[in-house]
Amino acid sequence: MNTNFRVCPETGFHVHKPAELLMKANAVAAVVFLLVGGTFGLLVGLTRWPAVHLLPADQFYLVLTAHGLNVLIFWIIFFEIALLYFCSAVLLKCRLATPKLGWVAFALMLIGALLNNYIVMQGNSSVMMTSYTPMGADPLFYLSLILFAVGALIGTFIFFGTLAIAKAENTYEGSVPLVTFGATVAAIIAVFTIVSGAIILIPTFLWSVGLVAHIDPLMYRMIWWAFGHSSQQINVSAHISIWYFIAAVVFGAKPLSEKVSRTAFLMYILFLQLASVHHLLVDPGLSSNYKMFNTSYAMYLAVMASMVHGLTVPGAIEAAQRARGFNKGLFEWLTKAPWGNPVFSGMFISLVGFGFLGGITGVVMGVEQINILIHNTVYVPGHFHATVVIGTTLAFMALTYWLVPVLFRRDLVMKGLAKWQPYIFGLGMTGVSLFLMGAGTLGVPRRHWDIGFAGTGMTHDFPAAAYTMMALNGMSVVLAVVGGAAFCIIIVASLLFGRKLGEEKSSPALAAEMVTDDEYKTLHASGGITVPGTLCLTFIFFASFAAYYFINWKYLSQTWGIS
Amino acid sequence: MSPHDVPPENEEIPFMQRLLDNPFILLFLGVASPAVLYLIWGIMEIVSIPLGK
Repeated sequence: MNTNFRVCPETGFHVHKPAELLMKANAVAAVVFLLVGGTFGLLVGLTRWPAVHLLPADQFYLVLTAHGLNVLIFWIIFFEIALLYFCSAVLLKCRLATPKLGWVAFALMLIGALLNNYIVMQGNSSVMMTSYTPMGADPLFYLSLILFAVGALIGTFIFFGTLAIAKAENTYEGSVPLVTFGATVAAIIAVFTIVSGAIILIPTFLWSVGLVAHIDPLMYRMIWWAFGHSSQQINVSAHISIWYFIAAVVFGAKPLSEKVSRTAFLMYILFLQLASVHHLLVDPGLSSNYKMFNTSYAMYLAVMASMVHGLTVPGAIEAAQRARGFNKGLFEWLTKAPWGNPVFSGMFISLVGFGFLGGITGVVMGVEQINILIHNTVYVPGHFHATVVIGTTLAFMALTYWLVPVLFRRDLVMKGLAKWQPYIFGLGMTGVSLFLMGAGTLGVPRRHWDIGFAGTGMTHDFPAAAYTMMALNGMSVVLAVVGGAAFCIIIVASLLFGRKLGEEKSSPALAAEMVTDDEYKTLHASGGITVPGTLCLTFIFFASFAAYYFINWKYLSQTWGIS
Repeated sequence: MSPHDVPPENEEIPFMQRLLDNPFILLFLGVASPAVLYLIWGIMEIVSIPLGK
């Protein structure tokens, strides 16, 4: 037997040991940066809570910069690199391409992330994550991001190299598994994202050291968002792959239709990154043709792909549950789901939050006319806390609960707390999203230390409801931070003090037996609609979508009356 | 297609499946599509703005 591989007693996976070490390193780094970024997030939330208003203005912008970079870039991309290695080397049962280069990539990412935190803490790079020119940061700020991006790009190409190795060595037959296909889509989007980042950050670095005279602000914004927003599209593909994966390991569910799911992923490849234009909808100099094609046409195709995934993942779970006998009424398959298992509850809250809160509001933001209602207000962070935090972070947390015993061979500690953690975090973040979006609809600007502009000579009074919602947002932040901290404590404590599992199997089993074709046949033999519960949820989703969409047009009609 | 649904050897693999099975063609599409429709189109629009005098 090849000593470079071990067979996982839980799942039967053939795990390439050098790949496993790299996955562990990237996953641990991810959780550390989540802890750091989440702490900064608490300080941001407490400062935006009007009655608390914790930090002075200069420290607020410093902390906001650090929060954005640590959670939106470092936590998520470290985790995604671990995920790419898992979806290639482990799921395809092959060796990882160039593990040594993987360590170079990890070192570059770690140095970049640490350097970035150090330089932001110096106080002269409080330019927020977007770092719009002509607002300048320390040259090391740009250099640190470039180092991190180069490391991430190397990691992404190691993933593609591993796919080539698996193909060449025939470690799988037919097509790659759907989860690996979704990870491939994430990696493809990552390549475009990182190259776009290099196109704009390298000249900006040269500008910061005086070698380039001028960076055009409009050009910067346009190219930066190819990096800034696409980086969040990597997350979408990654967390949807995790939804499919968790449906398989918790329920033994097969996708309803591989063809449909893969076609939806193809639509991401072609259209998802174009949605970045919604950040530019009020920028001068860009035509309506450009704005409307990329948002109101291309983006809708990407949204349709997300709706396909939003239907097929719960649909696959429902079909598997019904095939196993949970057939009563519309929702027995859902009520009898393992809601006490954080792997499932985290994934399902991620799915619902991403669809209902993040997805619907994302479409509203992508419509040129109604975007104007909320452009540059706190509605925008409200939206992306639903997509990136409830959607991506919670899915990553759910998968981590599964990976700790599988990869690290440690039993989880504090299982009672782990059972509640996705609910605490999900509820807190749902509050953050809803209250920020509510305040944003009332016009509260984003990125402002003091929404009343006190002492500036141009004060503005918002309705009392806006201040109430910012206060409720602050309370929700505290709840979410409690949930986030609980996750970090459980994972770190499990890695340090969790019972070593060795060759012992967990009970209950970490990976369910896959539902057999014969079991599915009993489901189809009953006739009628195979997944009626999911179809019912889909109609609720469409009704919510339509109602919210037209409510926004109503708001718009009241903003500018026609006489 | 799942790994269990491998077609018989004499059956031609459909075009869409061959496309979806080739990560490097998908990589080309995934970079070319936003590069043309987002970046290049956007750059052309910005550079065609007349300079202020």
